[in-house]
Amino acid sequence: MEHIQHTPARVAKAPTRLLDGLQRWLPKLVVAPTFVLVGIGIYAFMIWTGVLSFTSSSFLPVYDFVGFDQYAKLMDNDRWLTASVNLGIFGGLFILCCLVIGVVLAIFLDQKIRQEGALRTIYLYPMALSMIVTGTVWKWILNPSLGLEKLMHDWGWSSFSFDWLVNSDMAIYTIVIAAVWQASGFVMALFLAGLRGVDSAIIRAARVDGASLPRIYWSIILPSLRPVFFSAVMVLAHIAIKSFDLVMAMTAGGPGYSTDLPAVFMYTHSFTRGQMGLGSASAMLMLGAILALLVPYLYSELRGKRHD
Amino acid sequence: MSSIKRTLSAFALSASLLPAAVQAGEVEVLHWWTAGGEARAAAALKDMMEAQGHTWKDFAVAGGGGEAAMTVLKTRAVSGNPPAAAQIKGLDIREWAKLGFLTNLDDVAEANHWDQLIPPVIADVMKYEGHYVAVPINVHRVNWIWANPDVLKQAGVELPRTLDEFYAAADKLKAAGYIPLAHGGQPWQDATVFEAVALAVMGPEDYARAFVEHDMAVINSPLMETVFAEFAKVMSYVDPNAAGRDWNSATAMVIRGEAAMQIMGDWAKGEFTAAGLTPGKDYICAPAPGTDGEFTFNVDSFAMFRLNDEDNSQAQKDLARTILEPEFQTVFNQAKGSIPVRTDMDMSGFDACAQASMETFKRSAQDGGLVPSFAHGLATTSYVQGQIFDVVTNFVNSDNKDPARATDQLAAAIQAAL
Repeated sequence: MEHIQHTPARVAKAPTRLLDGLQRWLPKLVVAPTFVLVGIGIYAFMIWTGVLSFTSSSFLPVYDFVGFDQYAKLMDNDRWLTASVNLGIFGGLFILCCLVIGVVLAIFLDQKIRQEGALRTIYLYPMALSMIVTGTVWKWILNPSLGLEKLMHDWGWSSFSFDWLVNSDMAIYTIVIAAVWQASGFVMALFLAGLRGVDSAIIRAARVDGASLPRIYWSIILPSLRPVFFSAVMVLAHIAIKSFDLVMAMTAGGPGYSTDLPAVFMYTHSFTRGQMGLGSASAMLMLGAILALLVPYLYSELRGKRHD
Repeated sequence: MSSIKRTLSAFALSASLLPAAVQAGEVEVLHWWTAGGEARAAAALKDMMEAQGHTWKDFAVAGGGGEAAMTVLKTRAVSGNPPAAAQIKGLDIREWAKLGFLTNLDDVAEANHWDQLIPPVIADVMKYEGHYVAVPINVHRVNWIWANPDVLKQAGVELPRTLDEFYAAADKLKAAGYIPLAHGGQPWQDATVFEAVALAVMGPEDYARAFVEHDMAVINSPLMETVFAEFAKVMSYVDPNAAGRDWNSATAMVIRGEAAMQIMGDWAKGEFTAAGLTPGKDYICAPAPGTDGEFTFNVDSFAMFRLNDEDNSQAQKDLARTILEPEFQTVFNQAKGSIPVRTDMDMSGFDACAQASMETFKRSAQDGGLVPSFAHGLATTSYVQGQIFDVVTNFVNSDNKDPARATDQLAAAIQAAL
């Protein structure tokens, strides 16, 4: 009997201790796998790529170090230069157009119009498509013998010409068009959220002072949305630098290699052409480009926190 | 009683099966023949291996170019678990052999007299340091021109035999409202046409010195400038919307009669066959202009990996032997549209294009007109090949096509990759 009575008390005590321990360790346990995965899957492979970029690896990794040879080769490579210039054109125009269109759309939608929810969904919807779909659709629309140009010709406007997709000087701009179509709705959503967060008392105060609506937006509301601008630029810059699927679907880097972007270059050299060293070197330069954007941003963010 | 009988007969049966079972192994084959005629061709090989008592383990990775398959293969090979055979071609075979992954097939080759059956230029591609490490499966001829005879007749032209005839015919076709040359603006297709023009202008000897031996004296020469100039002229007959078009869409333009001709390897035949057309009557196959009697070859092959299991390596050797046997060569190549790699084959079951191809194949193997195709990776490493592609495709797509500048770029690009 005593035996039986004794047992529940011990059992009751043990679970509490166990639960206490669990409570202390559970968060760490839950986070640990993610931590390990991120550590290996992202940072370890980043380091490995960095190591490979200093070797003469061709189609399998080898570890004979050749210093900065691959980087020198990369700088001599016409195709890499084209890819870098393209990234400048694409990234710059893409970010700029998305911001302008996104802000304008957000401001329009913010005027308490009817059916705002439906319109918002329509504008945001392209973001739900995969880049491959976007690329394929725009490839068809812009193909002179298939899409827009043919349609205009069929309707009788025979002098209409829009051959950017097959013109090696202009093809990169068609990629910008498709990417802006896809991402500007997302920027709009970001800004709309920001606009909703602006204190309406400020706007009313400005109204009382006799400021016009454009003036209010330009001088008061948009400056207060600076953090949203930062986030939008960060996200868009990421999309631009890692852009790969859109180009592959739309032009596959063509005509020639006139629409190559660094990510396409990296893939082609590491995987199709068996030049892992060269591919890794280009990947490291891409990482450098992202860090160049990220570090100042993080710095300003963290500094801002300390002031609070 | 009956159960005892059954047991006994089961014993007897297994005993009789035993010798076969000991030698039966498993061959795992990596390939990307997953659609249409190619899939049927692969199934034929599977049946033949199973008839010999071996097990076939299909390791098919879809994706026409085989890039996805190569990535999987690299992972498997590095982790010490390669398949028995993998579809690797051209100089990539040498790269794999150099890393020590491939097995030596000399005994199979010796026993089956491969050296007598296969032309030496092709055998060289299959060897590493003089030893067979891969088996050739088929031969594609790349320097073909495909034409729609109705369109030619409408425009009142004959099928061109030289580049000059080609320009004359193309001008007439253009005037008659047809697209003279169907083409897809993808780097490998640009290179395929470039290669045909290079062979026509340079001849097989200088072609080999430039694209196989990478002799700078030939690469950076006035002759190469001529090649680029002629290439630009040929490409001027392509419609402006060719950028990014797939090769079979271009073939479809010839079939539909929108375009007159296409320069493409003999896999284009599959598209004509699928459209229900007969060679010679509904469509014409002929050597690309100026390359009559010459043959740029593109050979598919299986590289054989080093295996540890003895039964499996026996199965692997049987696979190698079976691939080069006449039965398989016939079945496979009729399904795929290529020609057998053996020069002693009876070609009566093949179509007219394949028979013509075989004839040129044998003749050119004797007189030196048989050269590897660099556009398809038979002549150079994939790095050099890629560098040539870049220069060629950039040249075609620039507004100002300067042959002298392209020649300098080509020399610099090849030099950088050596």
